[in-house]
Amino acid sequence: MIRPRRAFLQLLALGSGALAACRAKAPAPLPSFLGAPISPYGERSPFVHAVRQASDRTRTPEQASSLTPLADTYGIITPSSLHFERHHSGVPKIDPAQHRLMIHGMVERPLVLTMEELQRLPSQSRIHFVECSGNSGNGWAPTPRSTVQGTHGLTSCSEWTGVKLSLLLDEVGVQPGASWILAEGADPAKMTRSVPLAKALDDAMVVYAQNGEPIRPEQGFPIRLFLPGFEGNANIKWLRRLKVVDKPYETREETSKYTDLMADGSARQFTLMMDAKSVVTHPSGGQRLSGPGFHEIAGIAWTGRGRVTRVEVSIDGGKTWQDASLQEPVLPRAHTRFRLPWEWDGAETVVASRVTDETGYVQPSREALVAVRGLNSNYHNNMIQAWKVKADGTVEYAVI
Amino acid sequence: MRSSRSATKTQRHEEHVGLVSCLRAVVAVSILAGGAFVVEAQSPHFKVGRTPTADEIKAWDIAVGPDGRELPPGRGTVARGKVVYVEQCARCHGATAVEGPEMPLVGGKGSLNTAKPLKTIGSYWPYATTLFDYINRAMPFDRPTVMSADDVYAVTGFLLNLNGIIADQDVMDAKTLPAVRMPNRGGFVPDPRPDVGPPPKAKAKGGA
Repeated sequence: MIRPRRAFLQLLALGSGALAACRAKAPAPLPSFLGAPISPYGERSPFVHAVRQASDRTRTPEQASSLTPLADTYGIITPSSLHFERHHSGVPKIDPAQHRLMIHGMVERPLVLTMEELQRLPSQSRIHFVECSGNSGNGWAPTPRSTVQGTHGLTSCSEWTGVKLSLLLDEVGVQPGASWILAEGADPAKMTRSVPLAKALDDAMVVYAQNGEPIRPEQGFPIRLFLPGFEGNANIKWLRRLKVVDKPYETREETSKYTDLMADGSARQFTLMMDAKSVVTHPSGGQRLSGPGFHEIAGIAWTGRGRVTRVEVSIDGGKTWQDASLQEPVLPRAHTRFRLPWEWDGAETVVASRVTDETGYVQPSREALVAVRGLNSNYHNNMIQAWKVKADGTVEYAVI
Repeated sequence: MRSSRSATKTQRHEEHVGLVSCLRAVVAVSILAGGAFVVEAQSPHFKVGRTPTADEIKAWDIAVGPDGRELPPGRGTVARGKVVYVEQCARCHGATAVEGPEMPLVGGKGSLNTAKPLKTIGSYWPYATTLFDYINRAMPFDRPTVMSADDVYAVTGFLLNLNGIIADQDVMDAKTLPAVRMPNRGGFVPDPRPDVGPPPKAKAKGGA
């Protein structure tokens, strides 16, 4: 019934579209034809193209990472489809009806839970970032990346819903003497990390939802361990087992990887906390300002130690700094959006941001970091990131 | 094929376990009357989940810590390890474990405090048990869990031998592997951060 009518209307629309194309730069005609019908699962506009980008070290796509296009995200929430990825043996396809979580080890009552049982328990939703400790690690080497996606795209922020781990541990009854928890995933690599019991009892969660829908397969469907403010790798995806123990298990990912080599040859281990970091996303590398005049400087700041309390922005290469405004909500262990109005005079300049968190920690310069840690530590680089705005409006990576 | 078969096995196991825990609950209640030890079938506060059987825990509990407590029975020689390495590992790690394309597994001794540190099993890994654990759970990359415990012991021993850590005739098993002392065992330090900038307010209690 409807179909012939719609076809006729579309034909009409096509005709008027062709007519409009003939008239150069005419204003868009009033909307006069039917749009697309309702759909079961929404898609973004065909005119929006921002995508995750594979990190440039990718050899095996199952053992790789992809980066969030930070310059093309707004506010503090990262769309689930653009959340960065880091997999060690691909994304497993897990049927939640078959999946189980086992909690055992130094507990009074070992327990196996179905996903339905887990979701019956009292839950909470919290907005937190997840960041790979290798994020902005290119800062250790003098190898500029062209965009903020390339430098800082291994952080994303979502609303996570799940059950507090402390509640689950209360159900199993942790025995005296326990001090760590071994968490294991159901991916083929069975990713395993040791987590301090204190963190598990504090704010850790077992989460099953992200941004209002079941957690994405790339983020651990049906469940992942969530450790607010701790390095991404320890937030075990596809979680299948928690073993309460009295010492770290010295797994591959906490010995040969995710340890920070210092200049003297010693390596820091269990560097789980993500230090405060900020980055300007506009203007940032690869963008082009249309010309002198008003531009809003915007970016994100975050810290694993709690709340962001201040973000300063420099528009003269770090000589002077001024406070940016922090957009509410300013949440603990979450991306915080900062903004600063800017009249660009058209001259070449360098912009940068510097965050302070509620512990008083101030984001360091590259120079200060290197002085303490040398150049070999790979992980946990949170140096001030700068961007050079050139007279033609193009923006490039810069170090101050 | 392999995964669908194991899923069926898991399902059957689940049904079996469900039946057992029902029986156990009945037994528990009757023992409770006598004041004896009780195995609870569900969590105490929210009454969810079930108690895993000892066999179930054993089957899942593959993680091997530094004391080697969870190491399975079995043993492997360096000679057998070389055969396993060629079959399972060489295509990614190279004929002598340095050619790649994956990162070298051998060498780098004395390089950690230089401008070009090379982190290998020999130069960096602090525990030999980690090597067994990782190979056992995750290798070979595209077909993990195909190797027997004997072969995992053997290839672990082969790689330790290639790094000059154990002798040609050494045999790796649940006793000998945890006793292997890795060269960089003392190379790791706790996290001292925050290590740059002004001292944090939260810890400003005076002293170090």
